[in-house]
Amino acid sequence: MWKKIKKTKEYKVFMAPLTIENPVSVLVLGICSALAVTIQLKPSVVMVLAMTFVLTMSNMIVSVLRNVIPKNIRIIVELTVIASMVILADQFLKAFIFDVSKQLSVFVGLIITNCIIMGRAEAFALGNNPWLSMWDGLGNGLGYGMILIVVGAIRELFGAGKLWGIKVVPQFIYDLGYVDMGLMVYAPAAFIVIGIFAWVQNELILRSKR
Amino acid sequence: MIDLVNIALKSIFMENMLLALFLGMCSFLACSKNVKTAFGLGMAVIFVMTITIPINWAINNYFLQEGALKWIGLENVDLTFLIFITFIATIAATVQSVEMLMEKFIPTLHASLGIFLPLIAVNCSILGGSLFMEQRGYNFIEATVFGFSSGIGWLLAILALASIQEKLKYADIPKGLEGFGINMIITGLIALTFMLFSGIAL
Repeated sequence: MWKKIKKTKEYKVFMAPLTIENPVSVLVLGICSALAVTIQLKPSVVMVLAMTFVLTMSNMIVSVLRNVIPKNIRIIVELTVIASMVILADQFLKAFIFDVSKQLSVFVGLIITNCIIMGRAEAFALGNNPWLSMWDGLGNGLGYGMILIVVGAIRELFGAGKLWGIKVVPQFIYDLGYVDMGLMVYAPAAFIVIGIFAWVQNELILRSKR
Repeated sequence: MIDLVNIALKSIFMENMLLALFLGMCSFLACSKNVKTAFGLGMAVIFVMTITIPINWAINNYFLQEGALKWIGLENVDLTFLIFITFIATIAATVQSVEMLMEKFIPTLHASLGIFLPLIAVNCSILGGSLFMEQRGYNFIEATVFGFSSGIGWLLAILALASIQEKLKYADIPKGLEGFGINMIITGLIALTFMLFSGIAL
């Protein structure tokens, strides 16, 4: 059963962005939001969900419209589709999880200019059918999410000793002289953690090729 | 007056678009191979930001905000949910028309900035700038100053990375760290130095 799934096109399209074609660490797309929202785990997860939703939906819609869109105005059409999806996601977040929405501030809106979405619409959805485009969107959303969640977890764990807002570093370690790393919550740490993450991932890919 | 200087210094150094707020990273990483390209892109960003942020300010304050449509007699209309789509449309349209005007009237400038302009429509620092302007409630002049100086901050950051990258060709870096990895770490270190400015009280 599993082997059968592994051979399908959907599986390939879905898995590529999770491994060798990771949008963030290999193709270097969509870095802005990956850095900005990863101070804690919770906003990272919410961002991933919003992003995956927008990516899957916009990929599907662009793919459905791909034979109707005139070539020379396709960028504007894509932007309009993406922006409408982002408005949906933003209104949803504002209605149901207002505190996280406040924390993410402008970055939900900035999903519009996230190069992953535009890039996938251009590179994949314009040339493939809606079903495959959906899988591609889902895979890319999760590939992006993987990095966001790991970086968010590292930064929250070392920066505040918490995960999902719950203290996980026990008190006796602090008594032994452990101190939270204040730098982790500031901007520079985001760059450095992602840099190191990309290093590890590239090194693993290089190893597996050898 | 002093308020404007504050806004300018704050958006160039303390809240640098790129290094503190992480906006415009894609083009920042893609176009920092040499100093000349980086400078061209930086100038284009300053240019587009200084134009689009005031335009978006006007649209926001006369069309979208709650009660903004009073001047045509619609008191209770709140169109704020349309912010994203109108802002990005304004930006795309402005970039396109600026490019056409430039081609017609200042061909020399177009020759040097032209290729960067289409890239900028999807640069998040431009949309981010407009969204921050809306969130912080600047007035018209403040918005213009904010746009201009955010652009300058962006230019400074990309120039710094580009000039380091030019030297980096001669460095011996582990295979897996090359390219994206080392760029992020260097950007982190530049961001660390910019953090020093946040100690300045204005």
